[in-house]
Amino acid sequence: MMNNLSVDHLTGIKDLTAEDIELIFKTADSFKEVINRPIKKVPSLRDITIANLFFENSTRTKLSFELAEKRLSADIVNFSASGSSVKKGETLVDTVNNILSMKVDLVVMRHPNPGAATFLSKKIGAKVINAGDGTHEHPTQALLDSYSIREKLGSVKGKKVVIVGDILHSRVALSNIYCLQKQGAEVMVCGPLNLIPKNMKDLGVKVSSNLKEALEWCDVANMLRIQLERQDETFFPSLREYAMLFGLNKEILDSLSKKIVVMHPGPINRGVEITSDVADSEQSIILQQVENGVAIRMAVIYLLASQIER
Amino acid sequence: MEKQVILNDKHLELTLKRLCHELIETHNDFSETVIIGLQPRGIHVVQRIKEQLQNILKKEVTCGTLDITFFRDDFRRRETPLIPSVTNIDFSIENKNIVLVDDVLFTGRTIRSGLDALLSFGRPKGVELLVLVDRRFRRDLPIEANYVGKAVDTLLSERVSVEWAEIEGQDKIVLYSKENDE
Repeated sequence: MMNNLSVDHLTGIKDLTAEDIELIFKTADSFKEVINRPIKKVPSLRDITIANLFFENSTRTKLSFELAEKRLSADIVNFSASGSSVKKGETLVDTVNNILSMKVDLVVMRHPNPGAATFLSKKIGAKVINAGDGTHEHPTQALLDSYSIREKLGSVKGKKVVIVGDILHSRVALSNIYCLQKQGAEVMVCGPLNLIPKNMKDLGVKVSSNLKEALEWCDVANMLRIQLERQDETFFPSLREYAMLFGLNKEILDSLSKKIVVMHPGPINRGVEITSDVADSEQSIILQQVENGVAIRMAVIYLLASQIER
Repeated sequence: MEKQVILNDKHLELTLKRLCHELIETHNDFSETVIIGLQPRGIHVVQRIKEQLQNILKKEVTCGTLDITFFRDDFRRRETPLIPSVTNIDFSIENKNIVLVDDVLFTGRTIRSGLDALLSFGRPKGVELLVLVDRRFRRDLPIEANYVGKAVDTLLSERVSVEWAEIEGQDKIVLYSKENDE
């Protein structure tokens, strides 16, 4: 087995190979064991400094990255766009270069513009991890989603996964499609047709606008949040109508011929894309996803940091 | 190239037997003691010792495996990342006597990492070290073993390998000289 990533930065799943993904998962297995020890910390990254740059709001991802970095013993600095010089007109490269002159080795960045992480990785000397760039990619989320499927069902290969909801505005959807396909899973997207991009068929993804039909087909359903903050026009009449047509409730779940696994990248809008009794049911692995997120991020940071030359 | 067989299969078995009896001298019935093998090669030594001990004591001896990858001091000093093996310690080490086991004691750096890794599982009562081979006078750190299968004097360029029937086809301890690396 290969034991080095084929990429220098993690800007998107699109650039990864199936071997990279397997290496990240294998490393994450060890970190998952570490974070369940009485002392959940290893000294590997004692001499590494990481900057978390969040130009867009985040709770879970930011906490998860911060925890992962701390459990690897890295030094960290945090930055969020509100209350920073970005508001004073500083460019992205200038902001980051200023932070890097403080001797930072690795940058974790979330940014509202698609491609921001790739752009940055070409401009600066530090390693870059994309923590979400606009509607483009969110690689660590897709990795932890696949890792959670692998943990629950044994493997991702040959599994049928449906991604339900607002595909058009979702970076989680795109990263998941790449990630699942690279591991040999079949992917379907399901939602209102005006929230599904035209290029889905070119990616080899099935499209459906019938939730019940999609759920009957799948082994795993990944329920996405309706991203009202990214929608600059009205895509459907009301949230209530969306919930009626595309919300997952206990009644539909119990009517299926097999027990499917229910996932959600969070934050949940309870009662919209998923009802409380489904989110809290035993078929849901939403909280396992969060735990696995820390292990996956530790693995990605560990593997990239080990490429940094002294 | 193979230079010298340090222990053949018969001698190795005798040595393991002796080590087991030495362990029993100190740890009696192993009710307060657990054995932990260091990944990757120490776990085979543990497997053999566990079998022998259980034969002699007629009871279960608690054993675990410990991976030390994340505690090593050569992270980022190598070409490729260090890829971890499995840790399996499904018992509490709090207030237990621990016997740490590895196949070869050389610079002592692995054992140093092992001690650090071990302490993230709790505070043991005491820790001892058992090794099959002690390469004397080659230590980078002040670490010595409590139980030694065989002490050998070696050159830095030489390599000592403990081989097992289940992996390499035969139980033996071999000294290789440098040409083998090419």
